[in-house]
Amino acid sequence: MSLISIFLIFFFYIAALIFISGLSYKIIQYWKTPAPLKIPIAPSALDKKGVFLRYFREIFLFASLFKANKWTWIFGWSFHLALVLLFFRHLVYFWPGDVPLILYKTEPLKYAAYPLIFGLLGLLGRRIFVDRVRYISAPSDYLMLLVFIFIASTGMIMTFANNHPNLLMVKNFAAGLITFQWSELPGEIIFLLHIFPVFCLIAIFPISKLLHAPGLFFSPTFNQVDNARKKRHISDWASKKEDNLKIDIENNHLKDK
Amino acid sequence: MSTNNQIKLPTYVQTPVINRDSMSGDGPFKATVEIQNNLGFPGEKVDNWQQVAINKMAETNSKYKSVQVFLDSCMKCGACTDKCHYFLGTADPKNMPVARQDLFRSVYRRHFTFAGKYFPKLVGAKDLDEDMLDDWYNYFHQCSQCRRCAVFCPSGIDTAEISMAAREVMNVIGVGQKYTNQILGKVKKIGNNLGMPEPALKDTLMDLEEEIKEDTGVDVKLPIDIKDSEVLMVSPSADFFAEPHIDGLIGYAKVFHESGVSWTLSSYASEAANFGMFIGNYDVMREGALRIRKAALDLNVKRIIIGECGHAWRVAYSFWNTLSGIGDGAVDEYALRLQTQLDNNYPQPQHMIEFTYDLIKNNNLSFDKSKNNHRVVTFHDSCNVARGSNMGDIKDGQFILPREVIKAACNHFIDMPKNTIKSSTFCCGGGGGLLTDDLIDLRVKGAEPRMHALKKTEQESGVNTLAAICAICKSQFSKVLPNYDFDPYMVVSVHQLVSDAIILKEKADQKD
Repeated sequence: MSLISIFLIFFFYIAALIFISGLSYKIIQYWKTPAPLKIPIAPSALDKKGVFLRYFREIFLFASLFKANKWTWIFGWSFHLALVLLFFRHLVYFWPGDVPLILYKTEPLKYAAYPLIFGLLGLLGRRIFVDRVRYISAPSDYLMLLVFIFIASTGMIMTFANNHPNLLMVKNFAAGLITFQWSELPGEIIFLLHIFPVFCLIAIFPISKLLHAPGLFFSPTFNQVDNARKKRHISDWASKKEDNLKIDIENNHLKDK
Repeated sequence: MSTNNQIKLPTYVQTPVINRDSMSGDGPFKATVEIQNNLGFPGEKVDNWQQVAINKMAETNSKYKSVQVFLDSCMKCGACTDKCHYFLGTADPKNMPVARQDLFRSVYRRHFTFAGKYFPKLVGAKDLDEDMLDDWYNYFHQCSQCRRCAVFCPSGIDTAEISMAAREVMNVIGVGQKYTNQILGKVKKIGNNLGMPEPALKDTLMDLEEEIKEDTGVDVKLPIDIKDSEVLMVSPSADFFAEPHIDGLIGYAKVFHESGVSWTLSSYASEAANFGMFIGNYDVMREGALRIRKAALDLNVKRIIIGECGHAWRVAYSFWNTLSGIGDGAVDEYALRLQTQLDNNYPQPQHMIEFTYDLIKNNNLSFDKSKNNHRVVTFHDSCNVARGSNMGDIKDGQFILPREVIKAACNHFIDMPKNTIKSSTFCCGGGGGLLTDDLIDLRVKGAEPRMHALKKTEQESGVNTLAAICAICKSQFSKVLPNYDFDPYMVVSVHQLVSDAIILKEKADQKD
């Protein structure tokens, strides 16, 4: 096996390890950190169903972003939607052994690459040309977009410009990572350029702003039910304060009716 | 900008081009040693302040899910950048909500994250040095914690939580704000923000009773410290002396008079506002809530009703049950006593607007709406009521109920533009501990987006009255309206509108 194949295989497992352990750590941290006060933000959900609907609107429609800025919304939403569609399109490569029939029908999903690149370029354009967004952008914010654009471009070159790598080898390599039956990378450099940054993104997920994905679910402004008057909400550390409570109930400054 | 200069306004909100450091400075007056010590904070900046601050940040992150999650999950999309009234009014980029958070977040990244420890330049991580602390003090006191940005954030990040955490950290290292901390000291000692002692309070109430008698010929009472009353009314202390607040208090009294429900104020807990929230300190906030709980127990009341005060209502509605267990669930002796004592047929606590609204719905109040015919009224949704509470336990009740009460008392009501009301309401510019004269420049500029909206409504519909349900909003507007070519007296309490139109019936049992 070539050195580069060995390196990439090795790198994938390191990335996966960082991804799984880092993300688990963050999720457990978010899960365990108490939310001592009820802080839902309007439009607040008055019951659990409302919370569910709110998440539906936020996750599938980016409802708050839609209210905020239509340009950011169209770029951000098309980028994320395309990402999901393209994930399904890529499943066929990773699926070990016989592939379910449905995955063969995902070919049209490849056109999601266009809204993907449209969204990414739009977001990058906003970062460069809108003075407010430029001000808040760190180098890593540009880098993240550029990495995504690079991945998208190499993917599109392979798909739409007839530079297909040896698909059987792709499949063997990718599925092999999952089944631990490692095999040689396809020789095309473009494929290498496509998957290496993907592995990098997997590795930096738990230490970067990609944490907005799990963070969304732990946001007390979104996930709390607005029912503080009906149901007591208290954290462990706050309820300890009640153990030794002493207030002087008796009073001497009040007059009777 | 001099406060006497009038500002020519366009009638729509413009997003300014950023103007770096336009609001740089020393921030509001700092608290003295005595004021700090009074709240249990160090009087002066401690020697190893950086370490103390970082330790406090670690503690806050571990105690508040909001802070921990919000520091991680910002993707810098820019959705919030044009949503803050202070940014819109000042153009200082550090007043963009995300940039304000980043003052705190960059230090978090530097000290608590892998990327920030090893690649600080790449991810914008920064050390907590003197300059950074100065920026914290200055810009976290240019946030009114109104939460407008949070409504637009796709991750639900609430800058108010970060701003509270930052103020808490600063207090712990001995850098506190004079205005807020001084007021908290007064509440602690005397029971209200003004430091108004019991005799003065009683005098004021007696004067008001006489005034109402002169105006209406009816004996409307403003009872205080009356045991076994049905209702304990806790209102912001501004209601006792400030204009136009005091007319709102008269309104509450008239509504109670008409309802026949016995009520009382408390000299021990004569303050609804809880500035403990502004400095993000759970214990200080809890102390305020327990004070009211004690008053409720002492006076043996069945219900607790809160007057017109924005942050007070958020604390009461959203936090009281947590802080002092006035609803179900708390198990300490006093909470249990309070739970049996309070009437479970009503939500506890209730807002005065809810009380009045219920009476209107049940046709228990009569109005002569023509008394308000000289007014074309619009309603300013106070930030913390609009975005951090509810009324009537119905969806959007906090927007519906006040408007219904106004409409019951007035013939002419018109809303301001849609993107400036309800959950998108602009802060008055004086909330969150900023209602102090040393921040007047900021207050005038921060009011600008609200003033734009008001100007538009004035030009289109001839609005001449701005109704609000928050003591801070009323004080702030009275002060800044003249800067925008408005009459400062156009601000009224919602219950002043009620007060002016309500028809009082002389109750038989009150004739002597």
